[in-house]
Amino acid sequence: MTGPLLGVEGLRVTLPHEGEQQPVLHDLSLAIGAGECLGLVGESGAGKSMTARAILGLLPRGARLGGEVRFQGELVSGLHGGALRGFRRRVGMVFQDPRAHVNPVRRVGEFLTEGLRQQGVSRAEAIERAVAALAEVGIEDGARRMDQYPHQLSGGLLQRVMIAAALVDDPLLLLADEPTTALDVTTQSEVMAILDELRRARGLGVLFITHDLDLAVAVCDSLAVMYAGWIVEQGIAATVAGRPSHPYTAALARARPRVDHAVARLSAIDGRPASAFYVPAGCAFAPRCPHAIQECEAVLPPLQEVGAGAVRCIRAGELTDV
Amino acid sequence: MLRFVLGRLAILLGALFASSIIIFLAVQIAPGDPVTTLSGGRSLPPAALENLRDQYHLNEGLLAQYWHWMTGLIHGDLGHSIVLNQSVASAIAERLPVTLELVLFAGFLIAVGGIGLGLLAGLRRGILDDAIVLGTAVAAAIPGFLAAVVLISVFSVGLGWLPALGAGSGVVGRFEHLVLPAAALALSGVAVVARITRVSVREESEKEHVETALARGMSNQKVIRRHVLRNAAIPITIVTGITITSLVALAAVVETAFSLQGLGAALVQAASDKDIALVQGIALVLVAAFLIGNTVVDLLYGFLDPRVSLGARAE
Amino acid sequence: MSTVDVLVRGRSPRRPRLSAGRIAEGVAIAVVVLFVLLAVFGPLLAPHDPTATNLAYSFVGPVAGHPLGFDEQGRDLLSALLAGARPSLIGPTGVVLISVLLGVTLSVLCAWRGGRTDAGISAGLDILFAFPAILLAVLAAAVLGPSLTAAVLALAIAYTPYVARVLRGAALRERAEEYIAAVEVQGQSAWLICTRHLIPNLAPLIAAQATLLFAYAFVDLAAISFLGLGVQPPDSDWGTMVAAGKSGVLQGYPAETLGAGVCIVVLVVAVNFLGERIAARRWRR
Repeated sequence: MTGPLLGVEGLRVTLPHEGEQQPVLHDLSLAIGAGECLGLVGESGAGKSMTARAILGLLPRGARLGGEVRFQGELVSGLHGGALRGFRRRVGMVFQDPRAHVNPVRRVGEFLTEGLRQQGVSRAEAIERAVAALAEVGIEDGARRMDQYPHQLSGGLLQRVMIAAALVDDPLLLLADEPTTALDVTTQSEVMAILDELRRARGLGVLFITHDLDLAVAVCDSLAVMYAGWIVEQGIAATVAGRPSHPYTAALARARPRVDHAVARLSAIDGRPASAFYVPAGCAFAPRCPHAIQECEAVLPPLQEVGAGAVRCIRAGELTDV
Repeated sequence: MLRFVLGRLAILLGALFASSIIIFLAVQIAPGDPVTTLSGGRSLPPAALENLRDQYHLNEGLLAQYWHWMTGLIHGDLGHSIVLNQSVASAIAERLPVTLELVLFAGFLIAVGGIGLGLLAGLRRGILDDAIVLGTAVAAAIPGFLAAVVLISVFSVGLGWLPALGAGSGVVGRFEHLVLPAAALALSGVAVVARITRVSVREESEKEHVETALARGMSNQKVIRRHVLRNAAIPITIVTGITITSLVALAAVVETAFSLQGLGAALVQAASDKDIALVQGIALVLVAAFLIGNTVVDLLYGFLDPRVSLGARAE
Repeated sequence: MSTVDVLVRGRSPRRPRLSAGRIAEGVAIAVVVLFVLLAVFGPLLAPHDPTATNLAYSFVGPVAGHPLGFDEQGRDLLSALLAGARPSLIGPTGVVLISVLLGVTLSVLCAWRGGRTDAGISAGLDILFAFPAILLAVLAAAVLGPSLTAAVLALAIAYTPYVARVLRGAALRERAEEYIAAVEVQGQSAWLICTRHLIPNLAPLIAAQATLLFAYAFVDLAAISFLGLGVQPPDSDWGTMVAAGKSGVLQGYPAETLGAGVCIVVLVVAVNFLGERIAARRWRR
């Protein structure tokens, strides 16, 4: 296999909106190797979920995709039919809200095995693999659970089932779209631990999407921060979160409330998150940026390398205390 | 599951019971003396009036009257039709087959035609879809009685393809005579079912769990069958069931229009003639059919949607 | 496919003011207004006396001065159709008014009192659900004598459970809202709270329901008149005209039935369309 497990180069996505094609993702590039976890961080509307869907070709009708997505060196963006399905089977995806994403009128067992069955795997073997996958996510009485319906399981349990379903096809890459956002904090840490363990045990590449910077730093090797459809900063997780180079990343890091000391006022970023269809001439973050200068709103900042990572800010070199 | 079924059956019995009370009380609510109502305002000799009083136990209390009526019902005695001069039960038995055939035929048309058109429109886009949407919007606005007369105008008088009135004889004859009535009865039902089918299929295909199946590499065909259609079957079945059940009442109008000797036409005629015993008897039968039909739909809903029959219990 | 993460806001070209949907809405509203005007002024607008019968002209086709020909009793068809608007529309209006009034009262009672009152009323309503509207109307005609009034009352009673059930759910949700509790704490009486706050917030839902109900009532009443159990001669509404026109159809003169039929279908399509638009507007709020 040449290159990383997943390589995304210059990904652009436009969506039909009120008669025109409006861009929602701009010039996205990232890479994930086997066993590596990349965190995609940003506010709602930044385009994180859209990225995952673009990788799998799950875009809404009328959407257009530019750039390249390569999986194990092969080009997968623009695939159709059987080839696309084959690719999708090698990638597992975990969605945010398990109640909405699992068919409520079919049993858990059917949910787990239907992918395998379509590929011609025998019923007995499919059930075996399903029960094994359930055990991997910490559900011991798998056989009983398989007979139940989704509404009979709690949210945390159902999310684990979703993860098991993503694993049962033996994927090489896992896309996790805010897998724990809909869960309470205790369950969150359980599910995160399972994901982390699985990643190590199976050598999976993981794209971990979240709005929670802390969570991303805890489980990911590298981070990519998104704003309004752009990647504004990329690099090693600890560096990006600890010594951010982009004003937005810094603002995100500062905005997290801390439990260890009290402050008079919570730090927040001025203004509102830009809508996905907001396409200005210059930097998308400029209107809210405390370090913005006139040139920022006029010129599109290119992605510059800084140390082991990259930043999209024309002032990146100058700003020492972001 | 068993609890669910038993529960529904209990509700059915309660509703049947309550409906019988309403039908029984109808006579009492009417202005004037119950005897006058029961005799339909006809002037009868005193002996006949006394007979009526005895027959309906009008000299006893309300509860006793109801009791007698109910016990009579259970034994199959629905009273005596003044106009037809036969027992209500036999009058009903004579007319039941026609209504049954009509409702079943129309029900078949609604289920097959409605769901078929709805699927055609829902699973594709384009001209066919638009045509079906427009067609059903208009068809849903055409009430049964109007459809009946229009169909007679076009297919009987105009084209001479099918007979207009009556029931005909022989298997082919009877079938021929049922085609137009069934079509008239089914028309707005087909439109309603087609629309709900189309909407349900479209809505289900936008649901998130469909996305999950696609993300796992399942083919479009498989996903449509296993997830879209399977889930859409729930609202579709319910609406189809309710629509067919309501045919029980609408049949009366169509039967009258086509001069078919069915229960509905007899009911209307009896109401017109003030043949109260016959009205009560047929009303009971029709309401019972309606209630049973709705209960069947309820049970079907429970079988199709495990959240209903098993209850929502998170563990 | 679901679109995630896409906020349909932000700077984008304005939607054109006039779209196919808006035009259709305008047409539907115009149609309804037209029919209402006909109901009010119908007999005055008729070119000929709608009650003047002349059996010699029974089912004769279009003639000078009579563009639509004649009905079964030799009355000018156009005039009869115009005059038929009033009885055809008054009935459904009555049904809607009564059933909405009853439905709102019952549902608010259920939502406000809760507990046994709710259970009792709901059970009672569920029983009434057993009766298809037309059946109840036929029963009423048999017992009270056929008349428009009997039919209207019967339909109103048959529809009330439906209205009450729909509104009950919404009323319960409104009842649980914070602002109601706030006003309660201020000491306002239950009557005032319900009339000033609860019901006005249910208004959009009530409007949507009333529109839908009108279409049902209109069709059901026409059917009952068709059966001879509704509007009684010498009055005639479009339902009785369809029935009367049937003998004409059998003789090859469908004008009366078709004329009345067109009136019926046009009104129902318009009202249904408006009802759907009103309902859709609510969800978009």
